[in-house]
Amino acid sequence: MTKRFVVAAVAALAAIVAGAIAGADAQTPSKHLEGARKEGKVVWYTSLVLPSAEKVAKLFEAAYPDIKVEVHRTGSQRILQRVMQELQANIKNVDVVHTSDAGHYVFLKEKKLLAKYTPAGVDAFPAGFKDKDGYYYGLRATVNAIAYNTKAVSAAEAPKTWKDLLDPRWKGKMVTAHPGYSGVIATHVLALVHLNGWDYFKALAQNKLMIVQSANDPATVVSSGERVVAADGGDYSAYQLKKKGNPIEIVYPKEGVPLVVSPTAITAFAPHPNAARLFTDFTFTRDVQQVMADSEGLYTGHPDVTYPADKPKLSELKLLTVTPEELEKRNEEIKKRFVEFFGA
Amino acid sequence: MDRSIAVWVSAALALVVLIALPLGWLGWLSVSGEHGVTLAHYRDAFADPALQKALWNTVVLAFWVGLVSVAIGAPLAWLTARTDVPARGLIRGLVLASFVTPPFLGAFAWVMLAGPNAGMLNTLWRSLTGADAPLLNIFTMPGLIFVVAIYTFPYVYIMVSNTLALIASDLEEAAAILGAGRLTVARTVTLPMVLPALASGFILAVLQALALFGSPAILALPAGFHTVTTQIWSLFQFPPKVEQAAAFSVPLLLATALLLDVQKRLLGRRGYAAVGGKGGQRRTIALGRWRWPALAACLVVMSSAIFLPYAVLAKGAFARAWAQPLGRDNFTLGNFTFTFFEYGSTRAAIVNTLELAVLTACIGAAMVALLSYITNRRLVVGHQLVAFLVLAPVVVPGVVLAVGLFIAYTRPPFVLYGTLWILFLAYLTKEMPVGYAQADATFRAIPADLEDAGRVLGAGRLRILKEVTAPLAKSGIIAAWCFIFIGVIRELSASILLFTPSTKVMSVVIFDLKEEGQFGAISVLGLVMLALTFATVALVQAALGRDVLGARR
Repeated sequence: MTKRFVVAAVAALAAIVAGAIAGADAQTPSKHLEGARKEGKVVWYTSLVLPSAEKVAKLFEAAYPDIKVEVHRTGSQRILQRVMQELQANIKNVDVVHTSDAGHYVFLKEKKLLAKYTPAGVDAFPAGFKDKDGYYYGLRATVNAIAYNTKAVSAAEAPKTWKDLLDPRWKGKMVTAHPGYSGVIATHVLALVHLNGWDYFKALAQNKLMIVQSANDPATVVSSGERVVAADGGDYSAYQLKKKGNPIEIVYPKEGVPLVVSPTAITAFAPHPNAARLFTDFTFTRDVQQVMADSEGLYTGHPDVTYPADKPKLSELKLLTVTPEELEKRNEEIKKRFVEFFGA
Repeated sequence: MDRSIAVWVSAALALVVLIALPLGWLGWLSVSGEHGVTLAHYRDAFADPALQKALWNTVVLAFWVGLVSVAIGAPLAWLTARTDVPARGLIRGLVLASFVTPPFLGAFAWVMLAGPNAGMLNTLWRSLTGADAPLLNIFTMPGLIFVVAIYTFPYVYIMVSNTLALIASDLEEAAAILGAGRLTVARTVTLPMVLPALASGFILAVLQALALFGSPAILALPAGFHTVTTQIWSLFQFPPKVEQAAAFSVPLLLATALLLDVQKRLLGRRGYAAVGGKGGQRRTIALGRWRWPALAACLVVMSSAIFLPYAVLAKGAFARAWAQPLGRDNFTLGNFTFTFFEYGSTRAAIVNTLELAVLTACIGAAMVALLSYITNRRLVVGHQLVAFLVLAPVVVPGVVLAVGLFIAYTRPPFVLYGTLWILFLAYLTKEMPVGYAQADATFRAIPADLEDAGRVLGAGRLRILKEVTAPLAKSGIIAAWCFIFIGVIRELSASILLFTPSTKVMSVVIFDLKEEGQFGAISVLGLVMLALTFATVALVQAALGRDVLGARR
């Protein structure tokens, strides 16, 4: 897909979305619109991969030209660190927090740092996407998968299961992302600990993996050929790279794939609360959710979204899930043991 | 009483606050517990095997960087100062380029060059030899040492070449007349005379390696090991262990102070009568048939530090897939449009960086000018203390300073975290010694007689400073301005702990992009940073009428 095509597609989509929302406006103008206009911007701390996050922001700005989105993209764990460090210094900067570590929201809710808000249209989302108290909702989902470089590894040789990764033939040839940076990986680690225990990671570390930070990076490392197998990482980053013609293929291990639902929430201290609500509603519209499914390769909770034919449906996969509560409780343990096994 | 005294005293006081506040907080927090003073944080930090390992890794890294820097820097200095090796001006220019290249950019470029599988040099090696194993693996301790050393050897080079410029050739010639061979002369006469410079260059290189954050973060973390700086940084991850970070910072601070003290003694003992002023002859040694091989060796070093990394950054900026050969299918301007038009953080970061660099350079240059004037003319009681304090930040590695500043300015009465001011304070403090050294040299060269003449004619100190001294010192102060400016735009190790999303600077954005693996955008921003740096260097050269490393044109 060429750059120009992407730009044109974004512009076209923006027009459609804006039209849809303008159409909706004609009947029921969002009650947040006027307040949002006065506030003029929304500050979004997000762990969505950078180009995708910028795309969502551009779509919103196209629909609401007088409201800017300030995107700050970094890893999930860094986002929580930022939010807490800023609060300690009494800085109130962020409106909308979106990370891939659902445990963060348990923590933030308990600290009374989240505002209760139910985005328009989420009623129809499945239960795994909704907080029972109404503070946070799953904006998107991905699954952790194995990816391999098709130039270096044939489909027959490629690892099929998580346990295949323990084979010494992959020694020095694999890459992993870091649970101390990425919520996708923290979730992944916990899910596989449920499946195989910590011994699995202890054994995996014997294969001397290259350690990167973001869950998007294993796929880029593999498609560059620097390592040939990604031991984890969101399947959507591998999917995007594959679409661009990179030599990468995805394997969904049959033991099951860790499902990562990435929540979003508005902060209790949001300096731009109306813009935050408008933006949150916008990100849950079918059109934006469809963009995430189409060009980004993500899964969503929206029942009307359709998925690319070359990606398995969530219902076709065996999903490994963890609860936000357990993720929050074992966050320290996950990071600590990972560092203990992998060295950094 | 001289009215000007208020100016001198307030400049000195500002200095005290600048340095004493963060370091005081750092020391205090490292021993403060819930029930008064405790050593628990030290115990926690040093009993942790992971932290012990990080400490040991840092020792290994710093020691070897020192040695490799000497092995590269000293011969290069000798070649350019004493022999007829061709293209000496070019070599000096390249050493300067390596000196000002941000080390983390070099480290990043070397990931693309010598990643064990996709690295371009390894791909080339495999296609030439058919070998399976890589030629180089940059994600190792030796790889890290190499990448740090190629940007650190200029410290040794500067020390040695400036010393060689002060040693007359008489003694060497006397030895030669007495029948000593060239090597014997070098070993028995030249070497002992440059030994203090070598040792102190070694120490400066070690100090650089101790304080570096970016290169270990880029090369050591993927390989699964930490250094002290990356470990301190990771102690800030949520839930932050700031007290432990403070306790862990203290040995770095002490080690640096100790090493600098050793260096000062070494230089102070330079009592050899032979190393005098610029008198005496310095004869060029003819290398004969070794001329061209010597040049080739210099160029090999320089291609590791400059040519290859710059080329690979340029390639990364224009390629869709950095690991594939550049061609019609693999050429794009998309990285530029993404970086400048789609990625919202870029422009704000460039603006922040430039604002901070200009502000810090202006205030910093004014401060070092005032302070060095005070110390040179002994204007206040305790001017020795002023000289000590202004140079003191040299012993404070960026990460450690940042821990101190973070503690000092996230709580009342001064809450500066979240604003550009905390970065400004970090940069001002960190760059003060470099600027001061430049300004001090400038004022030393301006005789006090001219000012005395002004005094006799009835002008006050401030008026003399403005009308007599300042015009004479102008080019030196401009140079100090430029050094501070260059230091600020490349600063990463303090910024990484002090930024907030609304106060990002270029180096932090590059680091963020690195964590996500966005090679194209990093290359583009890297090129922008290099362009800014070299434009400033050109400005210094014009202001000084000589090259930055100290040689007259």
